[in-house]
Amino acid sequence: MIARVHVTIKRDVLDPQGEAVAGALRSLGYAEVAGVRVGKLIEIDLGATPPEDARERVDQMCRKLLANLVIEDYRFEID
Amino acid sequence: MKRARTAVVIFPGSNCDHDVWHVWQRVLGRPVEYVFHTSTSLAGFDAVVLPGGFSYGDYLRSGAIARFSPIMQSVVAFAKAGGPVLGICNGFQVLTEAGLLAGALTRNRTLRFECRDVHIVAEAGGSMSEHSPPGTVLRMPIAHADGRFVADAQTLRRLEGEGLVAFRYCEERGAVTDAANPNGSANGIAGIYNDARNVLGLMPHPERASEEVLGCTDGLAILRGLADLAAKRAA
Repeated sequence: MIARVHVTIKRDVLDPQGEAVAGALRSLGYAEVAGVRVGKLIEIDLGATPPEDARERVDQMCRKLLANLVIEDYRFEID
Repeated sequence: MKRARTAVVIFPGSNCDHDVWHVWQRVLGRPVEYVFHTSTSLAGFDAVVLPGGFSYGDYLRSGAIARFSPIMQSVVAFAKAGGPVLGICNGFQVLTEAGLLAGALTRNRTLRFECRDVHIVAEAGGSMSEHSPPGTVLRMPIAHADGRFVADAQTLRRLEGEGLVAFRYCEERGAVTDAANPNGSANGIAGIYNDARNVLGLMPHPERASEEVLGCTDGLAILRGLADLAAKRAA
């Protein structure tokens, strides 16, 4: 079982990396780019974790370590 | 009278630990000892310094993994009991990740590693501010990629309202301007105290401005503040 955790910078926190990427895309001619946010994708191999426990465990992992809730949001899927 | 002992914590990737030790031992002439991240006790210490560096390679987020080191449980307990704790640069990042200080340190708005002297002006009077009273302008280096202080609006209001902002980036004569803000920190914040004012974190490096040979001794004001506080506690 694999969990895919997406960690993104909160909307109201400046993402200078995203702005740099947006600027680069526009300079490549993609004028439609209105904004870019750069986040992280974390894949976790959960081995043989019982599916009924997995969501709760991954949520804990996110809150404890994977995301800093002062500046980041997270979401995940498990399959 | 017992002499105050200061602990300098070494995480894997700390690189200013020796600098802090050097200033304590050879410049201030106060007892200091290294404490490894695997240690689980701060018994007998009167002050703790979390030094700069790249603990755990700054992987995931700066300070995020270091805060789970065995020694950090002792640091949290020490701080909650009123013990003075100073976090410099990466140490500041670890303290925010551990929840001992508010907010978070994020990527500089310049996207560059900023490595140069800056000026900071002391604002809040706290337990380590004896030698840097409000209004004091100090010059010392910064060296960080993730120094942009961020907090939600409510937290910022609280920090400002309760006088917990310890230092702000400023011009040479103390004017706080956006041009003097090297990383885009909210309100130009370079360092903050916790509510009880016994935990201080700052991004600039006072230990790198503590001897004439380094071109500046302004950092001693902050380090003496902690050393004297430790001495009072030990007395």
